[in-house]
Amino acid sequence: MPKLTDLASAIATHVHDGDLLYLAGFTHLIPFAAGHEIIRQGRRDLTLARATPDIIYDQMAAAGCARKIIFSYMGNPGVGSLHVLRRLVESGALEWEEYSHFGMITRLAAAAAGLPFLPLRPTGAESLAAVNPAYKTIPDPYGGPDVVALPALHPDVAILHVQRADVHGNAHLWGILGEQKEAAFAARRVILTAEEIVDEDVIRRDPNRTLIPGLIVTAVCHVPHAAHPSYAQGYYDRDNAFYLEWDALSQDEVRLHAWLEEWVYALPDRAAYWAKLGSAAHARLTPAPRPSGEVDYGGYA
Amino acid sequence: MTPAPAYSPAELMAVNAARLLQDGEVVFVGVGLPNLACNLALRTHAPNLTLIYEAGVIGARPERLPLSIGDPTLVTGATAVTSMYDIFALYLQRGLVDVGFLGGAQIGRYGDINATVIGDYAHPKTRLPGSGGSMEIAAFAKRCFIITPHQPRRFPERVDFQTSLGHGPARRALPGSGPQAVVTDLGLLRPDASGELVLAALHPGITVEQARAATGWPLQIAPDLTTTAAPTAEELALLRALDPDRIYLK
Repeated sequence: MPKLTDLASAIATHVHDGDLLYLAGFTHLIPFAAGHEIIRQGRRDLTLARATPDIIYDQMAAAGCARKIIFSYMGNPGVGSLHVLRRLVESGALEWEEYSHFGMITRLAAAAAGLPFLPLRPTGAESLAAVNPAYKTIPDPYGGPDVVALPALHPDVAILHVQRADVHGNAHLWGILGEQKEAAFAARRVILTAEEIVDEDVIRRDPNRTLIPGLIVTAVCHVPHAAHPSYAQGYYDRDNAFYLEWDALSQDEVRLHAWLEEWVYALPDRAAYWAKLGSAAHARLTPAPRPSGEVDYGGYA
Repeated sequence: MTPAPAYSPAELMAVNAARLLQDGEVVFVGVGLPNLACNLALRTHAPNLTLIYEAGVIGARPERLPLSIGDPTLVTGATAVTSMYDIFALYLQRGLVDVGFLGGAQIGRYGDINATVIGDYAHPKTRLPGSGGSMEIAAFAKRCFIITPHQPRRFPERVDFQTSLGHGPARRALPGSGPQAVVTDLGLLRPDASGELVLAALHPGITVEQARAATGWPLQIAPDLTTTAAPTAEELALLRALDPDRIYLK
């Protein structure tokens, strides 16, 4: 069943005030365009879950979308603090719930597999378990040492950016795969944005590259460059200069809100955003080609 | 007469961390100085290191300096790319990682690390990024190294929050041996038999008094205290080629 729609309609239909969202992608393929559309549509009281909240959740929190954050590393990767989230947490204005990376991802893996929880080996570090009651120590029913249990995390909506998908939502991803598969299978609704919408035949020619099957996808949207200032392997580079710029401007309320006005509220969509970035930025971010070899699946008529 | 230093504190730390790695080891790498140390070792005495990055990259051969843990240069030319769940479950928890690098705002007397919060957790004075992968790296890597400038506020007797375990009693039940070296700009700390971090080596020209003054507990001196060899011209040239803009070597 074709699920192709535009991003504004997908967000309007499937993302509601109060939802628990997981915008997936570990540094790579972060769905910034979807985050900006959620800001434009004025969603409120969201619980924002991500292993690494990254700049996208800093922006969504600055725009007033968030009631709570669930995370395992709340930093600006390679730069320092996420200043908006840090201010909101330090002032008590935002609820938060915290895990290690492995704990966070394990919660998604449990939900993705339809399990109530999954066990992990204990790490001996006591402080996080002391402040987060979700950490439980349980006996190994087979007589080994105790294990730590963490509960399944079921997002209402997972949003993923992918390199290419067909109209059914079958999606090819390559490069760093983060927690995309677990987040998508864990969620009740899945929205994809894609660099390219391709013929079903492109997907069927390389089925091992399909990380996300269309059968769990709710809506698929054609949104090129949706991951900037994050990146899409083979399409455009990570814009580290913006990550550095954000460090400065996110510490200044006036500049912060001026930025949101100029780059989110005043723009209709991602195409306008990409055009506004300009051709010098496009050239700076374009990688050299480095195609993979091909494999032969064989014909078995 | 004191000769002008031929290397920066960051270069000194990266070179000494690189020397701790042994050829053939599997290393869980972080960005910044750990990445530089691992890539320096790869180009000198340890050409068969396997570099694993927590973003899910195995056998990375970065062609430029990675500026984040998920930099695309880590992927191109790697031997494998997998999910984060697989990296933490199949590689780290399963016990395939020999060496992990850790960092944090505070390192305590027994090697506990705080990367989470300064002050009270519920009402933080300074909120730090949090564990990321460090809670599991400290537990499951066979041994861990820490690279950090040597300052009293970074070396309190006790950490405000135990993000990752050092050498407390819980260590006995874990597969990893915990922090085995802290590389600072003054020297190297290593755990003694009780797990307490003690001064094991000084860099050239540094005194015991300087190290003691920069440590928040009464720093003990290892009986076999040594002096590290100064970075060689070759080490410095290779290192500087890895970070030509001196982003981490400043």
